[in-house]
Amino acid sequence: MNSQYFVNLLIIAISAAFINNVVLSQFLGICSFLGISNKIKTASGMGFAVIFVITLSSIICSLIYDFILLPMDLEYLKTIVFIIIIAALVQLVEMVIKKYSPALYDALGVYLPLITTNCAVLGVALINVENGFDIVESIVNGFATAAGFLVAIVVLAGIRERMEHNDITVSFRGFPITLVTATLMAMAFYGFAGLV
Amino acid sequence: MSKYFERLSNGLFKENPIFILMLGMCPTLAVTTSATNAIGMGLSTTVVLLASNVIIAALRKFIPDKVRMPYYIVVVASMVTIVELLLKAYFPSINESLGIYIPLIVVNCIIFGRVEAYAAKNSVGLSLFDGIGMGLGFTMALVLIGSFRELLGAGTVFGLQVMPNSFEPISIFVQAPGAFLVVAMLTALQNKLKLPSATNGSGKKSALSCGGDCANCNEDTYTAYHEGDKNNEAKGKGE
Repeated sequence: MNSQYFVNLLIIAISAAFINNVVLSQFLGICSFLGISNKIKTASGMGFAVIFVITLSSIICSLIYDFILLPMDLEYLKTIVFIIIIAALVQLVEMVIKKYSPALYDALGVYLPLITTNCAVLGVALINVENGFDIVESIVNGFATAAGFLVAIVVLAGIRERMEHNDITVSFRGFPITLVTATLMAMAFYGFAGLV
Repeated sequence: MSKYFERLSNGLFKENPIFILMLGMCPTLAVTTSATNAIGMGLSTTVVLLASNVIIAALRKFIPDKVRMPYYIVVVASMVTIVELLLKAYFPSINESLGIYIPLIVVNCIIFGRVEAYAAKNSVGLSLFDGIGMGLGFTMALVLIGSFRELLGAGTVFGLQVMPNSFEPISIFVQAPGAFLVVAMLTALQNKLKLPSATNGSGKKSALSCGGDCANCNEDTYTAYHEGDKNNEAKGKGE
């Protein structure tokens, strides 16, 4: 573990969270990004649930890929294996926290089933494999990607809360104005491009 | 024969997955940077959809209701893997430019929506045509959006120069913000012209578990359907 390795991890984290932001430049998890961004409170709940699930699934998917799929030459099964792991993992996490941590369940519980179909989770697992990340790099990438999701959804929710009482042209009310907001956010996130 | 034809026109126009149902926003935004990418994504999704529809319709009487979700996941993921390997072998350039969006067809809500709402209840023949219709409707919509973005953003369509040389490409349209902007304008136009669309509540919603309404997906609509797993059969049929 030399300093070069930590610099590398930092670069992975910054590019995953800001430069290649999961929703604003990779378009993963758009459904929940647009759907659950009415209020800051629910948006941040969803964001933290996503951080929890993506980090956990990054760990498990990269362990299984490195120690089972690669040694057995079964890389081509990765899509099937990863989606099953993610679906099972979300169910399991829901059951475990319901039993052992009711407080956490109250905060994140309702969002957990929504996450199974969130393409960001599978997307991160596949990106980890595609870039040949080792386990530590995968965890960092997963956590940072999800943190980028949290930032994006909370910012969008904040803007939408403020827009609620604005006088918007009838045609643009609802979905279109949310997408215009996302357009401007995506442009703003372009500013991070020169960071690394 | 007419009911097969009806399935095709249903997918292409009446319940077009992108323009009317507003399903599958992720690929819609991500791969419409050019018309070529759009057609590659559209046809890959079509193949996955019709193959999964046929398999699930053929086995619909043998699979117990309780294990249907994991079974759908395995079937769809297998079809996606087959398509991915075929693309890698015969169309490496398309595979390269679509990248992880090909394996991500697994989580495309159009596939699960059709499998759950149609193939699980109808005959193999009808499900096949439903898959083709929905897939082509998806492809058509992607190609239209992709051509529009490519035309404004690069001055070309399918890589062929269309705009005169004096046209300065508005490159934002082929970049990430342009995707959001084009769909924003599309939905605003639908509102303005009072066209049917799930985003303004006038369009037909898909019979997908959560209503398939990605635009208004939230914990209330989701849990309303999923909380009582015992009574959701009745609800699902009522929708």
